[in-house]
Amino acid sequence: MTESTIESVESFRLRARAWLAESMPRRADEDPPPMTDDDTADWERARELQRMLHAGGFAGICFPREYGGLGLTRAHQQAFTEESDGYEMPLVLNVPTFAICAATLLDEGSEEQKRERIGAAVRGEEVLCQFLSEPRGGSDLAGVTTRAERDGDGWVLNGAKTWSTSAYAADWGLCLARTDWDVPKHRGLTMFLVHTRAPGVTMNRIRMVNGVREFCEEFFDDVRLPASAVVGEVNGGWAVASRQMFHERNAVGGGSPYVSGRGHPRTVPKVTPLEVLRASGGSADPRIREMAGEYLAARAVEQATTDRVSRAIGTGVLPPAAASLLRLLHAEGAQLSDDLALAIAGANAATGTGAEPGAGGRAAIGYLMRQSASLGGGSTEMARNVISERMLGMPREPAPDHDVPFKQVRRGR
Amino acid sequence: MELELSPDQKLFQKSARGLLDREHSLDRVRALEDGDPRWSREWWRKGAELGWAASIVPEDLGGGSVSGAGVRDLALLAEELGAGLAPGPLLPVNVVLAGLVEAHGAGPDHTGEIEALVAGESVASWAVYEPGREWAPAAPGLTATPAPGGFVLDGVKDRVEDAGAADLLLVTAGTGEGVAQFLVPASAAGVSVAPQWSLDLTRSFGEVRFAGVEVTGDALVGAPGDERIIERQLQIAVVVQCAELCAVLDRAFAMTTQWAFDRYSFGRPLASYQALKHRFADMRTWLEACHGVTQGAAAAVQDRAPDAAELVSAAKSYVGDRAPVVLQDCVQLHGGIGVTWEHDLHLLLRRAVLDQALYGTPRDHRLRLADLASL
Ligand SMILES: Cc1cc2nc3c(=O)[nH]c(=O)nc-3n(C[C@H](O)[C@H](O)[C@H](O)COP(=O)(O)OP(=O)(O)OC[C@H]3O[C@@H](n4cnc5c(N)ncnc54)[C@H](O)[C@@H]3O)c2cc1C
Repeated sequence: MTESTIESVESFRLRARAWLAESMPRRADEDPPPMTDDDTADWERARELQRMLHAGGFAGICFPREYGGLGLTRAHQQAFTEESDGYEMPLVLNVPTFAICAATLLDEGSEEQKRERIGAAVRGEEVLCQFLSEPRGGSDLAGVTTRAERDGDGWVLNGAKTWSTSAYAADWGLCLARTDWDVPKHRGLTMFLVHTRAPGVTMNRIRMVNGVREFCEEFFDDVRLPASAVVGEVNGGWAVASRQMFHERNAVGGGSPYVSGRGHPRTVPKVTPLEVLRASGGSADPRIREMAGEYLAARAVEQATTDRVSRAIGTGVLPPAAASLLRLLHAEGAQLSDDLALAIAGANAATGTGAEPGAGGRAAIGYLMRQSASLGGGSTEMARNVISERMLGMPREPAPDHDVPFKQVRRGR
Repeated sequence: MELELSPDQKLFQKSARGLLDREHSLDRVRALEDGDPRWSREWWRKGAELGWAASIVPEDLGGGSVSGAGVRDLALLAEELGAGLAPGPLLPVNVVLAGLVEAHGAGPDHTGEIEALVAGESVASWAVYEPGREWAPAAPGLTATPAPGGFVLDGVKDRVEDAGAADLLLVTAGTGEGVAQFLVPASAAGVSVAPQWSLDLTRSFGEVRFAGVEVTGDALVGAPGDERIIERQLQIAVVVQCAELCAVLDRAFAMTTQWAFDRYSFGRPLASYQALKHRFADMRTWLEACHGVTQGAAAAVQDRAPDAAELVSAAKSYVGDRAPVVLQDCVQLHGGIGVTWEHDLHLLLRRAVLDQALYGTPRDHRLRLADLASL
């Protein structure tokens, strides 16, 4: 499609506005609903909403047409996102399905993977997740020990993954495994597409401190994978993983063009400082008003910076490593929000409203989860390493495992 | 600033840098004594020839901007001059122009004054602070009492930038119909100026007394009670300040990064220590965020977007708070040399602290954000 045949953003916006009003249900309320252990219905609903978007011609706005998307620009997506405020949207599918996994497949996958997996995700038929972190360490991603061994044309997978967000609701996971132990760590990895219900996959849900059971751990026992499961090159998995981490940092920082709709999905129960303030009937106390102002400022800063950096990465003015700036800024913003919500809640953070946590209690639960913003999507320490080493050109951290065959590398005590 | 500039903008930037490099070195700043003039009329007139007082003024009033987006050009210029710790009335003149242009057509005509300011023939400053008081532009203690043919002004203003050099003062005053602004010649009978100590070696301020100063009704800028004009002036002031601060931070950060590569300790460069690398990464992130929100604010003020006031206050709150933190970190990472008069860092820190303090502190702007959100 040439530039001139692309629908203008304004015309797209007006069409979206009309269609949304006619076809999408309005969001019920602003208040995050109580957390439940069984959110199967939420996931079913998300898939249904995605199918509605697809039927209406508004799904996968920035994905190419040949893989089921619309082949439009970031500006079109932004316009749609603005218009979709106030409507129910399949927000849980944004991360990791679209922003991380489908984006990585688009860059690194085979034609067949792109057509099938991205297409199915855009149509609301499939959900994707990430099998990267392992019980022995997430930051040192190139040190994974889940192994895949050749078996005729295909592969046999053995090992364990953990902290995988919403894997229980997913159909496929992008799984990084070691395929060669005789070469240094980055060169012996391969990325695979693994079906979450394949024979040999055992999955457990892990309870987090806020009571949500979004995390999963998986065990792979002789899971058989066809040759077509390989994403990218055999032993070229590090390139795929690097791209995936770029998309993840970008997604966590709010810079991804592949997300549709705004706000937190129900599975991320966050209370903002403003909600806590409003729940207490507002405040004339300048200390509290100043805290609310600080939150508003941080929100505006994050938005403006995301716009600037995403544009700059898009045009090549900043390198892809700049996504780490957004990742770090987002963690700071999210933690400030948790801190301010707790401070505004004051003594109401300690006990609930009757048997319910209420806004104050929810602020406190959010505070217990404060560090998730600086761990999920790769820790902020790793982001700082990327910024100092790849943007500022500072010397890399010494790594005794660098040029050593992985089987000789020391791994834990 | 903007990550991609047009050729015209680059030229605008380059001409400003040229004038600055030729006539205003940091060594000269360091050598300034109390009472030395910070800048000359000639210097400001040369700047005006390069468009320093023209960008937010429409062409039919003698102005014009290189990109057609004058507020963004002004921010670009403020960055350039900020990086060089330029002296001169960039902020006061442009703030007064913002008010005069905003009020144009809605009250007495000030076309002549606008043209003289754009040409650099005249200098003006906003007299808005009052002794012992924080930022409260809409509630002045200085009074304007109606008198035959005009008003009589009584009261004191301070922290008036370049008060000693200004030809015109834009004075906020309380009237029965709300706050009003008057354009008063500094030479008017009853106006007296006393210099004030300034933290920033390149800036000068004064306290201005108005004792029974008689002005005609033509001195009014806009109509009494019209706070939109003051809002526009504040927005321009904050955009200039934040752009300046971004440039000051960029310069300090570049100096400090270079230092980290050059300075060795225990046989390796400072830049190789993770504890320090992580601090540089934080600073780099904050710099990007400072630029992001400043650019966002400049664009919103340029477009008169509905959220312009909010973005301006977000920018001042964030950039104003971050700037001293980054600069203090830069001093720390320099070690002892960072606290010497000989080093450039304190010159930058002075500018940052001063910009942070004036036209609403970060705290004032946070409270304003809460007000704007009707909390
Ligand atoms: C909300 C959330 C969602 C997540 N979702 C997923 C998912 O979907 N799929 C998935 O695979 N994983 C997921 N993760 C896991 C996440 O990627 C890891 O937690 C993260 O990469 C850190 O790894 P780790 O927990 O093993 O900590 P470790 O790697 O053991 O690190 C422990 C601490 O040491 C620091 N550290 C480690 N190495 C260095 C170094 N070189 N320099 C300085 N500091 C260092 C770390 O920053 C951290 O503070 C998720 C995590 C969270 C919190």
